[in-house]
Amino acid sequence: MKTPQPLLEMRGLEKRFELDQGFLETIKLRGGKIVQEKRAVHAVNNISLQVAPGEALCVVGESGCGKSTVARLIAGLLTPSAGEIHYDGQRIDNRSRRAMMPLRKKMQMIFQNPYASLNPRMTIQQALEEPVRYHNPALSRSDVRDKVAEVMRAVGIDPSWATRYPHEFSGGQRQRIAIARALTVDPEFIIADEPISALDVSIQAQVLNLMLEAKDQRGLTYLFITHDLSVVQHFGTKVAVLYLGSVCELADTATLFENPKHPYTRALLSAVPQLKDDHPNHIRLRGEIPTPINLPPGCPFESRCAHANSRCAPNNPAPCNSLMARSPHAMRLKKGAWTAKPRTGGTE
Amino acid sequence: MAYSFRRNPVAIVSLTVFALIAVLSFCAPLIAPFDPYDPGQIDIMNSEYPPLWVNGADAQFMLGTDDQGRDLWSTILYGTRLSLLIGICAVALQAFLGISIGLIAGYVGGRIDSLLMRLADIQLSFSTLMVAIIFLAVTQAMFGSETFNQYAVYFLIAVIGVAEWPQYARTVRATVLAEKKKEYVDSARVLGFGPGRIMVRHILPNSLTPIFVISTVQVANAIISEASLSFLGLGMPPSQPSLGSLISSGFDYIFSGSWRITAIPGIVLVVLVLVINLLGDWLRDALNPKLYKG
Amino acid sequence: MSLLSVRDLSVKFAMRDTTVTALDQISFDLAKGERLGIVGESGAGKSITGFALMNLLSRPGFVDKGKIMFQGDDIVQMPEARMRNIRGNQMAMIFQDPMVTLNPVLTIGQQMVETLQAHRKLSKAEAEQIAIVKLREVYIPSPEERLKQYPHELSGGMRQRIIIAIALLLDPQLIIADEPTTALDVTIQADIMELLLELCQSNKVGLILITHDLGVVSQMTERTLVMYAGRIIEAGRTREIINDPQHPYTQGLINALPQQTKPGQRLKQIPGNMPSLTAIPAGCPFSPRCEFVKPHCLTEAPKTVQYAHVEVACHEVNRLHSSTDSITQSDKAEEIQA
Repeated sequence: MKTPQPLLEMRGLEKRFELDQGFLETIKLRGGKIVQEKRAVHAVNNISLQVAPGEALCVVGESGCGKSTVARLIAGLLTPSAGEIHYDGQRIDNRSRRAMMPLRKKMQMIFQNPYASLNPRMTIQQALEEPVRYHNPALSRSDVRDKVAEVMRAVGIDPSWATRYPHEFSGGQRQRIAIARALTVDPEFIIADEPISALDVSIQAQVLNLMLEAKDQRGLTYLFITHDLSVVQHFGTKVAVLYLGSVCELADTATLFENPKHPYTRALLSAVPQLKDDHPNHIRLRGEIPTPINLPPGCPFESRCAHANSRCAPNNPAPCNSLMARSPHAMRLKKGAWTAKPRTGGTE
Repeated sequence: MAYSFRRNPVAIVSLTVFALIAVLSFCAPLIAPFDPYDPGQIDIMNSEYPPLWVNGADAQFMLGTDDQGRDLWSTILYGTRLSLLIGICAVALQAFLGISIGLIAGYVGGRIDSLLMRLADIQLSFSTLMVAIIFLAVTQAMFGSETFNQYAVYFLIAVIGVAEWPQYARTVRATVLAEKKKEYVDSARVLGFGPGRIMVRHILPNSLTPIFVISTVQVANAIISEASLSFLGLGMPPSQPSLGSLISSGFDYIFSGSWRITAIPGIVLVVLVLVINLLGDWLRDALNPKLYKG
Repeated sequence: MSLLSVRDLSVKFAMRDTTVTALDQISFDLAKGERLGIVGESGAGKSITGFALMNLLSRPGFVDKGKIMFQGDDIVQMPEARMRNIRGNQMAMIFQDPMVTLNPVLTIGQQMVETLQAHRKLSKAEAEQIAIVKLREVYIPSPEERLKQYPHELSGGMRQRIIIAIALLLDPQLIIADEPTTALDVTIQADIMELLLELCQSNKVGLILITHDLGVVSQMTERTLVMYAGRIIEAGRTREIINDPQHPYTQGLINALPQQTKPGQRLKQIPGNMPSLTAIPAGCPFSPRCEFVKPHCLTEAPKTVQYAHVEVACHEVNRLHSSTDSITQSDKAEEIQA
């Protein structure tokens, strides 16, 4: 599959959060000796992903897998510990705020919690006008008004409500307003960090429809962070499954849902409660997700994998391009050496 | 707010009393029968008249006169005006310093935060009065008491203002740290807004509630500080008496029958500080949504 | 005899000037060992139902009318001392967030022993033995060690298992689980749900599962109540409600799920928002969002009728099965028949 020049590219992206800040915290007693030791949470490890224009790349994973950190790294809210982020061919992770300004208009973010993502002391009109004015100081007052009214109509918020404050709106309406705010600067790329998981089912559909509409009408490209696989299946064109800060499987949406390769993806898919299926046949994972502090050297999924063998613990599996899957077992499954019948035993 | 106000008789009484004192004192030049700053209106022969309801009073002087023959009623009006003015201006200075420092420390974080907050700790480890006494004593000695008396108001505002900024800085920093984590701040950063704009337009309006509450308490504290300093002779000179210097000037006569010269301004001071504190209490309850919603 | 029987239960909340109705005359039964799902969106009144059943409503909420018969006794009228004995002993509740349900300053063992000793005369050693047995039932590895640990030392999934073990300590007749897995990850959720199902089946414990997730209800329960704006708008066997929902809201809720639409297509959304409890529309509460709305829906509250295997509160329930012109007539006939 030949992809055009990617709009966004992550190369070997890493993010560590230092746990021990300051010199005194790094001093520890180990076996009678005082040693200096720094612990770090490895939130994102060596992630390389590309998003082509017009695509909707969904990043899925469970809590603590680093998916929100990826979103915040790309949005420039965090700086990567290593690796590079390129947008439209230009490197963006090491730029100053001023140098980022032209890109801010192109790249916007939608947040998870609509109750916290709007300033409670600003009316909707103020909240929507501010970015327009800031990025287009030359615009006249009436042009700014028109722009604001236009985005409000586009997200289905009556422009006559503009003088109200966020607390007068419901969660779904607030999320629409947050989307409207992102759209005021006419972006081409939107990072959406769990934009619907705080909303009710009937409202989720409304917001998801709105985002699909915006995609078609404005030609938006999305990076969509979520934990909800049914949303991925509906919204995404490509899916990256994250586990403990590493990509364990990357595939086109249809391919991933029809034929998941990585044992973790399979377990994840089988765990989604299905509406019409009376007899769930879910693959139980043993144990719990290990802590991302001082990660093991090998495959991060090794401790919970039903197919783990001696080569998994010491070696981190290299990405396998033909299948776009990362586990060595995926390759072996393909060759037919493994029967595609996972063990469904309980906690071992 | 209005609802909780109407339901709270203490708040209603406090606000009425405070408004009365404030209006009377700020209209002092209009309603006071005498001008205590004008030596021409003072006659030493009128000194130590008792108030109207005591035998031997002079009908001219409603609350009697002090040891220099000044009308006590007029002097209290002017003195209260001066006390309130110093209190409010000193708090404005405190708030300006404290809010700026607190915002920067909380928002920028890291080394700057540590540096500013250690400064605040050092400042707080000296009591306000001690700092003020040292500063005022040194300036008085440096400039001589003539010049000092001329600019005493500004010195008092400056010293009380500077001595208490850490109260604001700490409170503001704590709320900024809480607000900074909220997504609307991230959203503003993603829109490319600069740190100044985010601090002033987005974080500050959401940190105002605790600022209002401590401001009321701080005004009361500043009035007390001013009164204490004036009482110790380091504040307003006897020629321009504030409530503190009035109490102080009457203090010498407390056992010689003219205790009213001290007691009446003392009562005014206590009432003033009490109602401000009560208003502060009410404001804190009213602005705290957890107590308010019920 | 049913284990639990709720009749015309109304719960109100006293506000400053008015009272708002949070539950409006809901009625349902639960047989011994039956698993019942209560589905609805936030504000539908499903959590309030759970609290009312445990008699845990705190001011300003209160039961206005109705009866909650539990094993033949009315919980609404019951004195607090007797209720305390029923709570935990015969009825247990599992809450949403495992991170805050356990007391962080007590060990798991202390919390379990305390619960046991509050209801039964047991020595500490005996109580610990029971605790270990229960922990083993919820597949907690090396339960003896866990007793000495504090909640913060355990993961979310482990904590929710312990909470289930505590709920089961006194062999209750009924467990009320309020969104027990919403705070957990999908893989952990699947484990916990499987465990809960297994325990309810093997111990013949009744379960009321309160959730917003139709998938979870579909896999866990035998019967389902769908709630909207403090009313039960549809009730029946879970399979029938999922496969052939009758109320326009239930249909909308199921159709709004992304699984029900082809990828990339527009989802079938329900317009509008759930009404706030202070402004529930007159007539049918769903009427402002309903695509089948007729004039009488705006004025008359619909009665619950039996229709196609389920009980449903809708005037227009037979809209699909009769010609559109005669809907009002046949609807009336349907009601009389029922």
